[in-house]
Amino acid sequence: MLNMTDIMETITMIQDENLDIRTITMGISLLDCCDSDIQRSCEKVYDKIYRYAKDLVKTGKDIEKKYDIPIVNKRISVTPIAMLVGASGGDPVQYAKTLDRVAKDVGVNFIGGFSALVHKGFSPGDKALIESIPRALAETDFVCSSVNVGTTKAGINMDAVKLMGRIVKEAAEATKENQCIGAAKLVVFCNAPEDNPFMAGAFHGPGEPDCVLNVGVSGPGVVRAALAKMPDHADLTEVADMIKKTAFKITRMGQLVGTEASKQLGVPFGIIDLSLAPTPAIGDSVAYILEEIGLEQCGTHGTTAALAMLNDAVKKGGVMASSNVGGLSGAFIPVTEDAGMIAAARDGSLSIEKLEAMTAVCSVGLDMIVIPGDTPPETISAIIADEAAIGMVNSKTTAVRVIPAVGLNEGEELDFGGLLGNGPVMKLHNKSSAKMINRGGRIPAPLQSLKN
Amino acid sequence: MKAVVTVIGKDMVGILAKVSTTCANANANVVEVTQSVLQEYFAMVMLIDISKMNCELDTLREDLQKNVEGMTIHVMHEDIFNSMHRI
Repeated sequence: MLNMTDIMETITMIQDENLDIRTITMGISLLDCCDSDIQRSCEKVYDKIYRYAKDLVKTGKDIEKKYDIPIVNKRISVTPIAMLVGASGGDPVQYAKTLDRVAKDVGVNFIGGFSALVHKGFSPGDKALIESIPRALAETDFVCSSVNVGTTKAGINMDAVKLMGRIVKEAAEATKENQCIGAAKLVVFCNAPEDNPFMAGAFHGPGEPDCVLNVGVSGPGVVRAALAKMPDHADLTEVADMIKKTAFKITRMGQLVGTEASKQLGVPFGIIDLSLAPTPAIGDSVAYILEEIGLEQCGTHGTTAALAMLNDAVKKGGVMASSNVGGLSGAFIPVTEDAGMIAAARDGSLSIEKLEAMTAVCSVGLDMIVIPGDTPPETISAIIADEAAIGMVNSKTTAVRVIPAVGLNEGEELDFGGLLGNGPVMKLHNKSSAKMINRGGRIPAPLQSLKN
Repeated sequence: MKAVVTVIGKDMVGILAKVSTTCANANANVVEVTQSVLQEYFAMVMLIDISKMNCELDTLREDLQKNVEGMTIHVMHEDIFNSMHRI
């Protein structure tokens, strides 16, 4: 029988603690849209995406009404477009514009997959796509881009790392009239997951089925509220247990929505990504969870340990709650999207070094960090290399999404509005990394790649 | 198939009557009601049978909001509670 306490708990979670289904993302394979004529290829891409995704937004809204829970984003991820460019040649921006057009026509709010996987080397399609990223992101509204530059098995492609330093900068400069938003829609990965529903890094990996539905659930506010009710003398084992139980409940909701949506759309259900992804809304912050665990401010000593525990407990709770867990699953720490992180960065409690250390124990990596506009491309490449190395050695996903704020200096602020939030320009080291970056080549795969 | 209706807000006369009338108009049978008044706050949880309803769940929610002014009202399919709180 349903019980009053459970019902009230669910309603409080949704109404006061910002529990939401963050995203339902339909992954669509475009491999069968390849054509030697780019015009023809674009038409096939448009038709296939439209055919599968035309009811996605409506289905999402129906489910929202049935359960009275918000589904914040409805999105699409597609096969890395570099693979299509390889077959068709031509200007990759044409694909970006096709994706943008179909995204607008079906009503989703982002489409990911303007991507290339170059961890071991470039094909001509990859090169052309990467070079076109700044223009593609500046000339479209909804397209997101990602590039995988390293894996544990292949090592790190340092030529790609070098190239991406320049591309990130150009993406920011091409959109300098618009808060440098181009760089916020571009992620550089190491060990990129193929089934990640979260932008900007979502793409539909070549190992995935023709069409699949992935769900991302999120509720940092719920976890924080659960911890806030615990007494100060509760030990960390109890705290971890509480996070686990809360993550379980959150994930169950995602599982319900995922199965329901896949049934209605007639598309197989892929995975639940049970991440704690913050929003700029007060109370929906991962940093505040860390502070609730017992830190005066996020970024101080102990932050990495608290985050490691949080990340692990979220996974443990979620794995039990869902039949298929995948994607990134864990705690996200994007700076500009998290009220607590923004505050910590403003106060100087949170430095880029601490963020880097934190990325060794949580999902993703250096995410949504505003850096000075005059940062040399080699320094951005060096940041990417550091982060990719953490991912490569620890067999985990890491990523870099930094936004060079053109025309702004340290301490000034960039404001994107909406889910992307705002944040202060963070301090970087001013000593050069150019010599190392300019060497290029590949950092060989670490010993743990030989697991076979 | 059942749904859960919750009504929370400042207590006043006739809330239960208005909610159950609206449900009756939608041909939703009331299965169970729990309500309590904490200080001046009224909280009610009502379980209704929606298998023979003559309108969508969303329409019922809108009607309730219209008929019972000033209260926070949720109408949710029971699946969400069953899946969240039961292994």
